[in-house]
Amino acid sequence: MSAARIAAALLLLAAASGCSRVEPWVKPYERENLADPIMAWDRDPISSSYMRHVYDSREGARGANGGAGGGCGCN
Amino acid sequence: MKTIRSLRVAALAAAMLATAWPAAATDGAVPAPAFTLESRDGKQVSLADLKGQVVMINFWASWCGPCRKEFPALDQIYSKYRPMGFTLVAINVESERADAEKFLATTPAGFPILFDPGNVVSGKYGVSAMPTTILVDRQGLVRWQHRAYKPGDEAKYIEQVRAALRERA
Amino acid sequence: MQLIRAIAVAALLLPAVVQAAVLPDDRADLLYHYYDGGGVTIDGPSLLVRKKFAEKYAVNASYYVDMVSSASIDVVTTASPYEEERTQYGVGFEYLRGKVTYAASFSNSNENDYNADTASLSISQDMFGDLTTVSLIFSRGWDDVTRRGDSIFEDSVDRRIYGVDVSQIATKNLVLGLSFETITEEGFLNNPYRQVRYVDPDAALGYSYQAEVYPRTRTGNALSLRGRWYLPYRAAFQGDYRFYTDTWDIRGHTAELSYTHPLDDTWTFDVHYRFYTQDAAEFYSDLYPRQDFQNFLARDKELASMQSHTLGFGVAYEFKSPKLSFLNRSSLNLRYDRIRFDYDDFRDLRVTGVPPGTEPLYTFDADVIRFFFSGWF
Repeated sequence: MSAARIAAALLLLAAASGCSRVEPWVKPYERENLADPIMAWDRDPISSSYMRHVYDSREGARGANGGAGGGCGCN
Repeated sequence: MKTIRSLRVAALAAAMLATAWPAAATDGAVPAPAFTLESRDGKQVSLADLKGQVVMINFWASWCGPCRKEFPALDQIYSKYRPMGFTLVAINVESERADAEKFLATTPAGFPILFDPGNVVSGKYGVSAMPTTILVDRQGLVRWQHRAYKPGDEAKYIEQVRAALRERA
Repeated sequence: MQLIRAIAVAALLLPAVVQAAVLPDDRADLLYHYYDGGGVTIDGPSLLVRKKFAEKYAVNASYYVDMVSSASIDVVTTASPYEEERTQYGVGFEYLRGKVTYAASFSNSNENDYNADTASLSISQDMFGDLTTVSLIFSRGWDDVTRRGDSIFEDSVDRRIYGVDVSQIATKNLVLGLSFETITEEGFLNNPYRQVRYVDPDAALGYSYQAEVYPRTRTGNALSLRGRWYLPYRAAFQGDYRFYTDTWDIRGHTAELSYTHPLDDTWTFDVHYRFYTQDAAEFYSDLYPRQDFQNFLARDKELASMQSHTLGFGVAYEFKSPKLSFLNRSSLNLRYDRIRFDYDDFRDLRVTGVPPGTEPLYTFDADVIRFFFSGWF
């Protein structure tokens, strides 16, 4: 293998190891707005699951409604 | 030419390798970064003023559920070990005080509350979880760090506080 | 009657409302739901309770009833108005360890001619500095289908759902979401009461009816994207888009915009607009040229070419009740949605005396109301 190829492989390895130590660009102490209850994907699950049922039983499409993540990121 | 280009690539690779492993922060004998923050009663509190005491620094926010749950436990630790040369400062990381004040009105605490709205101190201490609790010994060195809070963790805090108090200044 | 279409059962499962590495707060909700549209009125209660233990385990339970009074267009033209009730129970467990939440849930829905059992498992993990949450969901459903007045007919539906959901914090004020779900159903996928129509010159109306015939399998895929922004004066704006396609050639696009505006810590206002458009199933037709025209026959308006438009409003009032002192806080909520359904190839058969296939296209509006009380403890 040429020196250039070895160097390229090392570069890739270095870059890959850097990825796992990616510093979060929104720090845990900067999540004030994201932790606000109005930023939750689903504030009232009892109401949204009902509306999902209203649509799923009258429309052909269903699924991929999402719902996890966001929030304060505590602990 | 080819040799120079290979050398350049090798040099770049070496530089990347060097930065890919940043020096890990040790909890061993690192001096706690200095800070001066305004407290709730308007006074300026410096970490340097507290040298000689065992200091527990807690980073918290009113929007953080585990932080709120931790407060009564911190208050108990503070009142129990304060006479032995221990103090606790709770650094609030919110950009405005209103929400913190609202929380403190319902959950009073005896320990000093400091405000770090610019997140400068949080950055210096590399806070990577909410809440974060740090123990600084009598010489001003960081001895222990605890990320997150679950009910029952205060037992670990007490263990560390007692160990630090037993040491001589 | 088949109040519950095969897949609609999955919607009844509570969503994985997992917040990064913290279990959601203890909560109880009591809701009254009301739907009135297209000759159908459905109302009833819904109850949901969740509680966590030692910040590690959580349990939730739900109860839901649909009380139906139906004189829908299908019922009015091919049968007679009826009343019915559907009851649903659900229970779920969550276990949080470090940054991973494991969840399992089970639900049962029962009405006099349809019984559906659904079980689901999910794993959710925070990564990359808690900025990313990845969830994997697997759900399995077993439905039993019967027909009122027919003690012989019995069939079943087997359902599998696989889903992945990624939530990504983009900035201090923006969170993005991406979901993908694939749903496979096998079995009796249609309605044992519904009929299709075909041109019949000998019939009084010019058309006659025969039972619908559906394929025994259906696989659908849905992909959705969403983004929620925090506005600096304290409000939130969200945009959603979903694309759906399946083996019956149904293609659906859903788009939604919503805006949430709180006032102090007491009032919260919501407004949203939702648009949905769909291409008909490949074997769907409002009027077949003759009897047994093809292998599969469908005249369910749910499979037609259609659009729906929804405009909705919500108001929440938050308070601390002195009488209910065990609650940290409570809220009273009212939500109203008006939905318009427009069909491009489903005709209103209440109109007679015109050549078959020239009846006006069907359209109807529905009012949907949710009134609920929430208490956190």
